[in-house]
Amino acid sequence: MKGKRAFKLSLIIAVLIVAIIFFAAAISLTLGSLPALKEFGWKFFFSKEWDPVSDRFGALPFLVGTLLTSFLALIISLPLSLSISILLGEYMKNGRFSSTVKSLVDLIAAVPSVIYGFWGLEVLVPFVRNLEIKFGIVPYGVGIFTASLILSFMIIPNTASLAREVIELVPGDLKEAAYSLGATRYEVIKKVTLPYARSGILAGILLSLGRALGETMAVTMVIGNNNNIPKNLFYPANTMASVIANEFTEATGDIYYSSLIAIGFALFLVTALFGILGRYIINKTTIKIAK
Amino acid sequence: MESTILKTENLSAYYGEVKVLKSISLSFAENKVTAILGPSGCGKSTFIRCLNRMHELVDGAKVEGRVLLRGQDVYSMESTIVRRKIGMVFQKPNPFPTMSIYDNVIAGYKLNSIKLKKTEADEIVEGSLKKAALWNEVKNYLHKKGTFLSGGQQQRLCIARALAMKPEVLLLDEPTSALDPKATAKIEELMEELKKTVTIVLVTHNIGQASRISDYTAFLYLGELVEFGPTQKVFTVPRDKRTEEYLIGKFG
Repeated sequence: MKGKRAFKLSLIIAVLIVAIIFFAAAISLTLGSLPALKEFGWKFFFSKEWDPVSDRFGALPFLVGTLLTSFLALIISLPLSLSISILLGEYMKNGRFSSTVKSLVDLIAAVPSVIYGFWGLEVLVPFVRNLEIKFGIVPYGVGIFTASLILSFMIIPNTASLAREVIELVPGDLKEAAYSLGATRYEVIKKVTLPYARSGILAGILLSLGRALGETMAVTMVIGNNNNIPKNLFYPANTMASVIANEFTEATGDIYYSSLIAIGFALFLVTALFGILGRYIINKTTIKIAK
Repeated sequence: MESTILKTENLSAYYGEVKVLKSISLSFAENKVTAILGPSGCGKSTFIRCLNRMHELVDGAKVEGRVLLRGQDVYSMESTIVRRKIGMVFQKPNPFPTMSIYDNVIAGYKLNSIKLKKTEADEIVEGSLKKAALWNEVKNYLHKKGTFLSGGQQQRLCIARALAMKPEVLLLDEPTSALDPKATAKIEELMEELKKTVTIVLVTHNIGQASRISDYTAFLYLGELVEFGPTQKVFTVPRDKRTEEYLIGKFG
């Protein structure tokens, strides 16, 4: 009896610790960003000025950088991750090939992001630079596009594994019903399997987006660290995460320091916003099954 | 004289190396209900899945022999065409949860990307639902998802969905085994009506159901066709001892 109660208590304490840490982080972020927000007001989030010399700060360039890289990465990676999930979830459920690909995809997520950053610097940056020369764009090599490319690869596993799982879970009797009406395999996938699995697939996409919004190391290494709003997709820029990582050690002034924390606060809000929005969409699209 | 619409010749089926159907030859009379009767695991479902080529969707499944639909071998036709001509209703009601009732009925057309004019689609939906005796219950909810319907209604929706393709033969794989007696009675009543326009092959392990609604009965046991004949005959004077024992409840 006593053991039981102690066990339950320890569970509650563990949960409380997690909750406290979460709120503590949120409060620290808020308090830390107060000086900057007092100085610049809400305009901080919409100002494109970032000038440490005259102590004028605004988060807009980084907000733009984060959203651009994340959504571009999502667009590039979706065809890849969905193809993987359909192939493994529908066509090749078992076998050596499928289990090898599955572990490979999971491995993508396990590689530390600094390694992707290095690979991006060594391989992707020269590659993009050559492309830019060919197309007559200023050949920075680094920039939004390069960062999106590296991100698009890093976020494949989130969508691919979850989407594969939900595709595998589509009830066999629904597919049979479709086959019995004369549908081909392609038609079954397109009109029965994918619509049924869509809320799970959306959840996977959301996880990918979350990863992309917050990814720091790899992006910082290949984005070019330019604090202006990028003129085009091949322009060097900074994301919210990368500017924090880049400038934290050199932020000497109080307002400078607080502005960086305020950017962290903004990143926190953006991630939470997409998380809530995503949940909402998933709930809307979840199929209500009677019984 | 009744005409034969569908016929199997020495039909054998395998899952991998396991032979589950042993050389079955059977003829189905047009516009009649033929019951395939037998205990669980005797190969009834496999048998009718060979008729519309659903059996081959299982990995390692194999078929020998011939299935003739109006004299034409279904295994030399497109499988998708065969399945449109020989419709199927399953044990568990399986309407598409992502589609409205309306779309469920014309799902066959949607899945096959066959374009229908609005008036055509309306006609097919109303006609099929009426044939499935569901129209009056759902006509005001056509554009709602079908998942709020009762089990019996869902099964009739699945029947309407199969009928919408205007099949020549309708295969029913234990269509009432997941339903309550009232819903069962309704579907049995429906079959009487349906056989005027479509030939019905009914798989069941419910002896009473076979005797109530079928014109012919085939008794399958351990993958073998034990007996086949007019239902009245099979039930009153079975020729084979195994049929008799099954009918009086000695096994199964």
